[in-house]
Amino acid sequence: MTALSRNDVEKVALLARLQLTDAELDTMTAQLGQILGYVDLLAEVDTTDVEPMAHAVELCNVFATDQVMPSLPRERALANAPRDNGRGYLVPAVLGD
Amino acid sequence: MPETSTHPYTTVIGLEVHVQLATRSKLFCGCSTQFGAEPNTQTCPVCIGMPGTLPVLNRSAFALALKTAIALNCHIPEFTKWDRKQYYYPDLPKGYQISQYDLPMSVDGFLEISDPLEPYAPLRIGIIRAHLEEDAGKSIHDEVAGRADSEIDLNRTGTPLLEIVSEPDLRSPAASRIFLQELKLLLTYLGVSDCNMQEGSLRVDANVNLHLEANGQRVATPIVEIKNMNSFRAVQRALEYEASRQYRVWQETGQQLGQASKQTRGWDEAAGLTRPQRSKEESSDYRYLPDPDLVPITTSPAQVEQIRQSLGELPSALRARLVREGNLSDYDANVLINQGQELVDYYQAVAAKCNDPKTAANWVTQEVLRELKEREMTIAQIPIPAECLADLIHAIQQGQLPGTRAREVFTLMLNDQITAAEAIGKLGIEQVDESDLVALCQELIDANPKIVADVQGGKQQAIGALIGQAKKKNPNVDPGRVRSICLELAMKS
Repeated sequence: MTALSRNDVEKVALLARLQLTDAELDTMTAQLGQILGYVDLLAEVDTTDVEPMAHAVELCNVFATDQVMPSLPRERALANAPRDNGRGYLVPAVLGD
Repeated sequence: MPETSTHPYTTVIGLEVHVQLATRSKLFCGCSTQFGAEPNTQTCPVCIGMPGTLPVLNRSAFALALKTAIALNCHIPEFTKWDRKQYYYPDLPKGYQISQYDLPMSVDGFLEISDPLEPYAPLRIGIIRAHLEEDAGKSIHDEVAGRADSEIDLNRTGTPLLEIVSEPDLRSPAASRIFLQELKLLLTYLGVSDCNMQEGSLRVDANVNLHLEANGQRVATPIVEIKNMNSFRAVQRALEYEASRQYRVWQETGQQLGQASKQTRGWDEAAGLTRPQRSKEESSDYRYLPDPDLVPITTSPAQVEQIRQSLGELPSALRARLVREGNLSDYDANVLINQGQELVDYYQAVAAKCNDPKTAANWVTQEVLRELKEREMTIAQIPIPAECLADLIHAIQQGQLPGTRAREVFTLMLNDQITAAEAIGKLGIEQVDESDLVALCQELIDANPKIVADVQGGKQQAIGALIGQAKKKNPNVDPGRVRSICLELAMKS
């Protein structure tokens, strides 16, 4: 495995909408690198002729009936919103869409 | 609409169509999919992404998707799974969309359309894949307030969508529109979606670029994705605009595919042009990963075959049969088919009863469709059963009804909800020739001197006996006319 670079961490932080200081970036690069290195131990296992797994449990075809169930009352749905107007969630203007 | 290819370039188009499947409840929870509800009244902890909730796949959504994929001639892999497509947007409460990435439920299909360059020649447009995914919510922007807050409505979040991706096989905006019309027709026949573009049940994005010759070399322009097209006509217009824009830009900059990143542009219907939109995160940035909350789905070849058998006659086959059996023009067959299965059934019933498919098609595509449109009715609501229309056509064929008055009879049948015979009678079309009528009356006057004398003596009601006799001799006579002619003749004799 190629080592995790500071650039990689910067990109991941951006995608996760995390604002990291330079010092934090250094710490994260080191710490994330250690975690990935640990997980990379798995690379030592010989996986020739082993089918990739799509899911951790060996279960398929779990379905629900197409049936309408009660929804949340609106005030409960909006209860955790940082801001709302009683009708919808309020967010900073989304432009250019 | 034959289109002449006079451009110095070839337009290469691939379409991405999102179709809302006609389920009652959402893809992974029990919330209603009904359009038009008050904002945020059709959500639950699963679809708004509360921690600790578990999505479960809607059986009906998968069945509808499977049916569509099979009708699109797709290969159905025996194994399919679910992935999380991650991006941040306020209308995506979980921070990821449940979709399908590397193992979609269907691949490698095609849809046959009529080539606009050579009408009715079949053209096979490849389908790369069709996969299931959940819809996002809706942002409502306050236009007036400008930069004020956006309001988010999550009712649509989690609604089942089938994303159908075509190969870049389309070569003109007109062909793209025909592809969409044919796809919509198929989806409507299958009953898998209402395809209502206004309500967002069918959404189209287009990828387009140009292939052209420069200094003896084949070159391609950078690919542009167009969004925000709200009708098939808009798709055609946007593609036409975009093709000429790309040609202009290429002439100015000479920029080729690979020299600029893929651009997303939005169609502005009112202004009639496309504008650049915020550039999307690269596809690798979606960080797809298998969704651990959902188990895979398996479909056996036997199940696929069973569904294939149950599809019934699809529009393309139906069109071919109408042309073959009824000797209809491709145009007439298309007009009938585009109105949906019910109108085709109606036409077929009329054609079978009157044994004249061509005339039946003329009546249905002209008079019936015009009246339906004027009266804002569906074919199911028309008060003229197919057999009654067949009787009308039969009456014309038998010479019982002059073709010139047929429309009058048809209108009366509609207005009064009566049979052809009743309408013909009511309009007095079986009326006896005037000279025959006068001769008949004269005969009665001559044979009944006593009645004539009574009438002359002032007893006009005596004429009633003559009317009865006239009707016996010819049931088609108009009693009112017999009365007035007989009175006149009696007074003169």
